Amino acid sequence: MGKWTRRSFIAAGVVGGTALVIGVGIRPGNRNRKLEQYVTSDGEHLVNAWVKIDAQNQVTAIVPHSEMGQGAQTALTQMLADELDVDWDAVSFIEAPAEDVYANGPVGKGFVLGDTKIPNALVGTVDGLFQTVANSMHLQITGGSASVRATGVYGMRVAGAAAKEMLLEAAAKQWNVPVASLTAKSGMISDGTRREPYATFVAAAGELQPPYTPKLKTADEFTIMGKSKPRLDIPSKVDGTAMFGIDAKIDGMVYATIAAAPVFGATLKSVDDSKAREVKGVLDVVKLDDAVAVVANSYWTAQKAVAELDIEWQNVGQDTVDSKSIFEQFQNDITAAVANGDVKADIDAGDSDAAFASASRIVERQYKVPYLAHACMEPMNALALVDQGNCEVWTGSQNPLGFKHQIAEAIGFEADNVKVNNFFMGGGFGRRSRPDAAIQAAKISMQVGKPVKLIWSREEDTQHDFYRPAVLSKFRAALDDAGNPVAWENHYVDKHEPAEAPLIPYAINNQAIGSVDSPTHIPFGAWRSVDHSQHGFFTESFMDELAIEAGADPYQFRMDRLKAHPRHQKVLSVAAEKANWSGPLGKGQGRGIALQESFGSLVAEVVEVTVTKGEVSVDKVTVVVDAGFAVSPDGVKAQMESGVLYGLTAALHGEVSIENGRVVQGNFDTYPMVRMDTAPQIDTHIINSMESWGGAGEPGTPGIAPALTNAIYAATGTRIRDLPVSQYDLDVDFVESDSV
Amino acid sequence: MEITVNGKVHTIEAESDTPLLWVVREQLGLTGTKFGCGIAQCGACTMHVNGKPMRTCVLPVGAVAGADITTIEGIGNQGELHPVQQAWVDAQVPQCGYCQSGQIMSAVALLASNDDPSDEDINRAMSGNVCRCGMYGRIRTAIKSAAKNEVAIYDPKAKGAQSSNVEEVTNG
Ligand code: FES
Ligand code: FES
Repeated sequence: MGKWTRRSFIAAGVVGGTALVIGVGIRPGNRNRKLEQYVTSDGEHLVNAWVKIDAQNQVTAIVPHSEMGQGAQTALTQMLADELDVDWDAVSFIEAPAEDVYANGPVGKGFVLGDTKIPNALVGTVDGLFQTVANSMHLQITGGSASVRATGVYGMRVAGAAAKEMLLEAAAKQWNVPVASLTAKSGMISDGTRREPYATFVAAAGELQPPYTPKLKTADEFTIMGKSKPRLDIPSKVDGTAMFGIDAKIDGMVYATIAAAPVFGATLKSVDDSKAREVKGVLDVVKLDDAVAVVANSYWTAQKAVAELDIEWQNVGQDTVDSKSIFEQFQNDITAAVANGDVKADIDAGDSDAAFASASRIVERQYKVPYLAHACMEPMNALALVDQGNCEVWTGSQNPLGFKHQIAEAIGFEADNVKVNNFFMGGGFGRRSRPDAAIQAAKISMQVGKPVKLIWSREEDTQHDFYRPAVLSKFRAALDDAGNPVAWENHYVDKHEPAEAPLIPYAINNQAIGSVDSPTHIPFGAWRSVDHSQHGFFTESFMDELAIEAGADPYQFRMDRLKAHPRHQKVLSVAAEKANWSGPLGKGQGRGIALQESFGSLVAEVVEVTVTKGEVSVDKVTVVVDAGFAVSPDGVKAQMESGVLYGLTAALHGEVSIENGRVVQGNFDTYPMVRMDTAPQIDTHIINSMESWGGAGEPGTPGIAPALTNAIYAATGTRIRDLPVSQYDLDVDFVESDSV
Repeated sequence: MEITVNGKVHTIEAESDTPLLWVVREQLGLTGTKFGCGIAQCGACTMHVNGKPMRTCVLPVGAVAGADITTIEGIGNQGELHPVQQAWVDAQVPQCGYCQSGQIMSAVALLASNDDPSDEDINRAMSGNVCRCGMYGRIRTAIKSAAKNEVAIYDPKAKGAQSSNVEEVTNG
C-alpha cells in the first residue's frame, strides 16, 4: 500500500469515511497499474474500484468476497445497484482479484472489534486504522459474516451512492443546470426534458472529487435491497458448468495425492516408495518435510500408489496424547489457573465472591465439546505451476490475497511472482482460509517441474484440518432464596474469536467470566461461527438448567432477564410464538429454546424433538433472525437453514477424537452427516429491526445445539452436557424429573 | 476401451479398475460430476448407468463398457435446463453447489420411476446424497414441484438422449 499517497488515502476515505472505496487509483492522473487491466476497452471508466460502468451502460460490481455459497456476491451487488439506481439486470459482478488494493479493511475490524458500537464520528478513523491493519495482514477474507455488514454497508452502498452523486454532478455541469433539478433512475439521468444514460457522464464524473458524505437511501427508498433476487451463481450450479477448484485444468497437468504426518507436528523420517513406484501410471514420489506425495497420470493412480508407501514418521512426543488426556489437561489447567489467579477475565462485574458467599444455593455444572472438522463437501485441492521463478495457483479460497502472500513466503518467492486464480468453493466454513494444500501443490510442482493438481482424499481432509477446538467450560451460579441467579461464573479453556462469544445478555448482576490457556498440538481453525459454536451451547444450556432449578419456564425465565434488551426480547418472543412454545406435546416429545447474538445478528431457535427407543428425531426447527435488515430475505433464510443443519450435524454426530496424537475419524462413515431422512423441517422468520446490519452466514449455527439438547431434556429428563448427542443412551423411561 | 457417455462413444485409456468418475472427469473433461468421499458415502459422484443412479467413485470403468452413461452435462436439452434443473433454480437450491450435480442426478432418477414421490420415497432415494450446506428442505421442495409439473423425463437408453428426449414442459 506504500504506493498510495496520503492524498489518495484521504480521497478513498472521503467516500463515506471508510477508506474502503478505492476509487482513487483509477481516476485520471492516478491510475493504478493493477486495476487498469480491468478497464479493458475504450469508453470504459472505473468510477471507483467497486463499480465499473461501461459504454453500454452496463454496470459491473467488483466484489471483494469469494463465493462459497453464502450468496454474498449477490447481496453485495444488490447493495451497490440499489444505491446507484440501476436496474438489476444491467448489473453483473466480478470477484476482485487477489491484489493488495482490495485488502478488506472491515473484515479486520469485524474480527478485532467484534460488535462494539462505534460512534459515528469515529467511523472514519477506525476504518482507516483497520484498513492499515488489514493491509499489512494481507486480508481479503470471506468470513466473520463480514460481507454484508462490513463490506456492504461501509463499502458497496457508499460506493454506489458516491458514484451516483458524481454522475449527477457531471450531468449538471454538462447541461448547465442545478444538480437538484436532476433525477437518476434505472441508469439514466433526466432533467425533465433530456434523458441520458449514465455512460454519457462517466468520463466527466471521473474528473470529479468523490463526495465527502454521499447520501445513502433510507429503507423506504430501497428498490433492490430487501428483495430476494435470484442468486447470480446458481444457474451454473445446476448444470455442471460451475468451476470449482477441483475442476481447474491446464495443459500438461498431472495429478497428485498426499499422505501427511498423521500426528500433527511430526516430520518425515524415511519412506520406502519402491512398491508405489511400481504402480502403473506413477510418475514420481515427492518428499516434503511432513508429507509424501505421489504424482501420477490420474488421481486414482496416485491414490492407489499412496497406499503402497511405507513411511516412517519422526514424532516429537505428541503421539501419546488422546482425547481423554486432553480433557484431563483442561480440567487441571482450569483448576490451577483459578487457584493461582491466572484466569483471563472477559468480564468481572459486581462482586461475585460476595454473591457466592451469601448464596442460598450454588449450582455447578460443566460442559464439553469435542474437536470438529469442517468436512467441506469438496476435499482440499489446488493446482499449481511453478516455472521460471513464477508460481501460479488455481484453487478455491476464502482469502485469495492471503494465499498469495503465504504461498510466496512458503516457497521463498516475492509475492509479486505468485498469482492466485480463485474458483468456486465446495464449502468453506473457515477451512478455506488456510493455504496448506495450495502450498503443498506449489512445492510438489517445484520438484517435478510440471503443473500439479493435488487432491486430498476425504480421509486426508478429515485428518489434516484446522479444527474447531475441544473445549471444557465450567459454570457456577449463586441462587437466592427464590431460585433467582444472582451470580454467574464461567471458566473455560481456549479463547479465540469473537471476544464477546462467552458473554450473556441476561440481567445477572454479578458476573465473572474468563478463559484459561491450555494449548494442545491440535491445530486450531475458525469453524462456522468460531467461538460462538461452543459458547452458544454452554451458556444457553446452563441458562436452561438455571430455569429448571428455579422451577421456571425456560422461555419466560430468559424473557424476565432481558428487560434491558427489547431487541432480544422481540426475537425470543416471536420464536416462542411461531413455534407454539406452550402448545401440547405427545409422549417423548419436547421443545427447547435458545438465543444467541453473534456477528451483529440475533437468532432465536426453538427445536421440537421426539425421542423414541433412544432415537432422537428432530422434527422441526423454528428460527427467528434479526440481522438489522435482510438485504436478500431468501438469502438470509438459506443461510439460516444451512447454519442450522451444520450445527445440527455437529450436535448430533460431530466428533473428531484423538488417539495416539492423531485423528481417529476418516470418511463420512466415521464422521456422519445429517441426511435427507433425518433433516428437520426449518421455518425461518425474519425481523427487520433496522438496527445496524449483521451477518447471516454464521449466526444460525450457535443456537441449534443448545435448543436441541434443551428439547431433549424436556422430552426425556436427560441433560446433555457433552456433545455429540449420539454418545448418550437415551433409551430412558420418561420420568418426570426436576433434577439430574 | 470404449464407453458411451451422454450418447457419445468415447475411446479411453485406463486400467479397468479405475472408477468411472475419474475417467469421465480427467479423460472426457466432464467435470460437472464431483468427488466427495471415494467410498460411496456421499453421492457427489452420481451418474446414471442405464438410467440407474450409481456412485461412480466405486464403479470400475471395466464394468460399464456397453452401458449408457449419463452425467449432469447430459440431462439438459441443448442449452435448455432439464425441468428438474429448472426446479432447482426456482427453489434456489444450491448453496456452495458442490453436491448438486449428484443431488440432481438422484432426483431425476427418482422422478423417472415415480412421478409423485412421497416424503418417504424422497428420503429413500435421496439419503445417499450428502449436502454439507444443508439444503435438504429446498431439495425436497424442488423435487415436489418438479413432480407436480409432470416432468417429462429423458429416456437414458436412447442414444443422444440429452438432445432429443426431453419434452417441453409447460408450467402449471
Ligand atoms: S464420491 Fe462417490 S459417493 Fe462420495
Ligand atoms: S450445496 Fe454445498 S454441499 Fe450441497
